[in-house]
Amino acid sequence: MVTQVTNFGRNGVSNWLIQRFTSVVMLAYFLCVACFFVCNDNISYELFNAYFSSTPMTIFSTAALLAIIAHAWIGLWAVSTDYLTTRMMGNKGTVLRLLFQTAYSSVLFIYLVWGLKILWG
Amino acid sequence: MLTVSIYRYNPEIDKEPYMKDYEVDTQGKDLMVLDVLEMLKARDSGLVYRRSCREGVCGSDGMNMNGKNGLACITPLSEALGKSKKLIIRPLPGLPVIRDLIVDMGMFYKQYEKIKPFLINDTPAPAIERLQSPEERAHLDGLYECILCACCSTACPSFWWNPDRFIGPSGLLQAYRFLIDSRDTATEERLSDLDDPFSVFRCHGIQNCVQVCPKGLNPTKAIGHIRNMLISQSV
Repeated sequence: MVTQVTNFGRNGVSNWLIQRFTSVVMLAYFLCVACFFVCNDNISYELFNAYFSSTPMTIFSTAALLAIIAHAWIGLWAVSTDYLTTRMMGNKGTVLRLLFQTAYSSVLFIYLVWGLKILWG
Repeated sequence: MLTVSIYRYNPEIDKEPYMKDYEVDTQGKDLMVLDVLEMLKARDSGLVYRRSCREGVCGSDGMNMNGKNGLACITPLSEALGKSKKLIIRPLPGLPVIRDLIVDMGMFYKQYEKIKPFLINDTPAPAIERLQSPEERAHLDGLYECILCACCSTACPSFWWNPDRFIGPSGLLQAYRFLIDSRDTATEERLSDLDDPFSVFRCHGIQNCVQVCPKGLNPTKAIGHIRNMLISQSV
């Protein structure tokens, strides 16, 4: 059993399931938004605003935002634990990995709060 | 004449590894790569590599031939060369080189040891043996044949990056061999040991292992089965 505290899910299964579930949510959201653009010829600001301001779409956008945050966290964590390691980079590997993990978790947190403010503010 | 370029490194003499070229007269025969190495060994006794059975059973002579891992003893020159006219032989990638084509397999065996490659059964032993039905035995086909040559694990980028934490395709193929064995009663314990973000889930399914396995086995499929068992146990 190999664990790391910076891991998003509790274990390998959690990470794997979260990655797959969030992928489905993002795909569904992409298709939903793509349908809106394909099915409407003349898209005005009013139409765009009405579509994205509706309660169901706001909930869906929130779900997509949360999915992107979780998906990105797990993906970047995997990248950082592949390349930014003491095995690959010597003693500075752990410091670089922690700096990278702090940076992307901060950016993702900002995106989350900013996104929620846009959607619900 | 065939040009053979071989990775050479003797840490007692060389400051760093280098490639040494040889010209070999194969007399137009489609020799095995190991035969070519034996011819070169007769000329240059300093060249070292592992070999034993020379028929693809012992798994000693795993090496990288023109970019693809395989067993030198059962790889014909025509297959190793493809369209190339030069044979380039390097040690298995991702493991520390001891000398020339010999790598330190310690990390590979450590991962194999982790999966407890032996039957665990806490029930009282029967008088003669633990029997299996033909159907139960058939589940082991495609799994027990692994000869631990390390061609698959050393072709896997996830094993290159995390050889101390990712079990690797070979170890996981063996792990599934014991998980699916009807005589083994430690399924839950085995799965619990594998349920972390590295041991199994570092497999991203790129199937390099399937492409290079000299025995034609499919570690990716076995890893998929382990993943499904882990999910079934958890949800």
